[in-house]
Amino acid sequence: MSLTVSRVEPSIAGVGDYLELMKPRVMSLAVFTALVGLLIAPIHLHPVIAFTALVCIAVGAGAAGALNMWYDADIDALMERTAARPVPAGRIAPGEALAFGVTLAVGSVVVLGLLVNVIAAALLAVSIGFYVFVYTMWLKRSTPQNIVIGGAAGALPPMIGWAAATGSVGVEPMLLFLIIFFWTPPHFWALALFRSEDYARAGVPMLPVVAGEAATRRQILFYALILAPLGAAPWFLGYASVVYGIVAVAAGAAIVALAFRLHAERNGYAASKRMFAFSILYLFLLFAMLLVDRVATELIGWSLA
Amino acid sequence: MMTDIVMNEEKPQTGVRLTEQQLRARRARSIAIAVSLGVLVVLFYIVTLVKGPGVLVRPL
Repeated sequence: MSLTVSRVEPSIAGVGDYLELMKPRVMSLAVFTALVGLLIAPIHLHPVIAFTALVCIAVGAGAAGALNMWYDADIDALMERTAARPVPAGRIAPGEALAFGVTLAVGSVVVLGLLVNVIAAALLAVSIGFYVFVYTMWLKRSTPQNIVIGGAAGALPPMIGWAAATGSVGVEPMLLFLIIFFWTPPHFWALALFRSEDYARAGVPMLPVVAGEAATRRQILFYALILAPLGAAPWFLGYASVVYGIVAVAAGAAIVALAFRLHAERNGYAASKRMFAFSILYLFLLFAMLLVDRVATELIGWSLA
Repeated sequence: MMTDIVMNEEKPQTGVRLTEQQLRARRARSIAIAVSLGVLVVLFYIVTLVKGPGVLVRPL
């Protein structure tokens, strides 16, 4: 009987590789939407506590990204878009990514619980757990509804921000949750349309791979039709100003128009790329307008006082 | 003495020898960990000042 002992090479991973492991673009979206949730809350947090909450949310989102990259290294290696990530490229060993992700996940939740409040920490834990266990380990490889259900994890940051400020969950952050939740399918399926070969090669059952491009375009249109009125809901339910309402209605009309054009498209991926790019702008616009709304209300309040 | 001779002899280096690149990467990682821990310590200190005596009293 022989015993084989494999020796792990000393790591050459730099700090940048670990930052890449945290998916900084996804992280920035989580932080931005959490910031909006935190600032539109009726209770004002001390800036230091608010900063602490945002750092914890950023680190928690980064932890979820790192654990996703650890688990998905095998399929990431097969896809052009993800092959250069630190784990499949061999710059970070899988064990290192796992340890890094677990440390950050536990650390971010514990610090948020200790320094801010337990409800926010519990929501952050749910968000990380949902992304890693439900989306990454279970749904991603088993159903074309992966990003629909998994989208709940990415939709939670505004609720975490709100909970950090108030210690509770209200209707407004739930509305923001729903906006991101219904925004996720058109956003990711637009990407999947022009990356479907990548997903097919890796065996990931994204909708265009499983149901075809025509069905995906129909589904994008369906979700865009739900998203547009939802985006304007903070205005007509009285949580945001008419300025927000105008922007939300215009942006909603634009995303529906793009979805119709995508639905009509037969050849090429120009419309899906436009849809993907605009969906990012759409979400940014809506949340930025909520921030502007809040700042304007504060300024008017101060000037009248 | 025999013992002195043995103790003064240079032992052959065994184990893993890091390359220049690996040493640089390890140093960068160590500095990043030190900075992160330092930031965490400062954060806890400032939050303690901000919250005052009620530091452990926090809403659910």
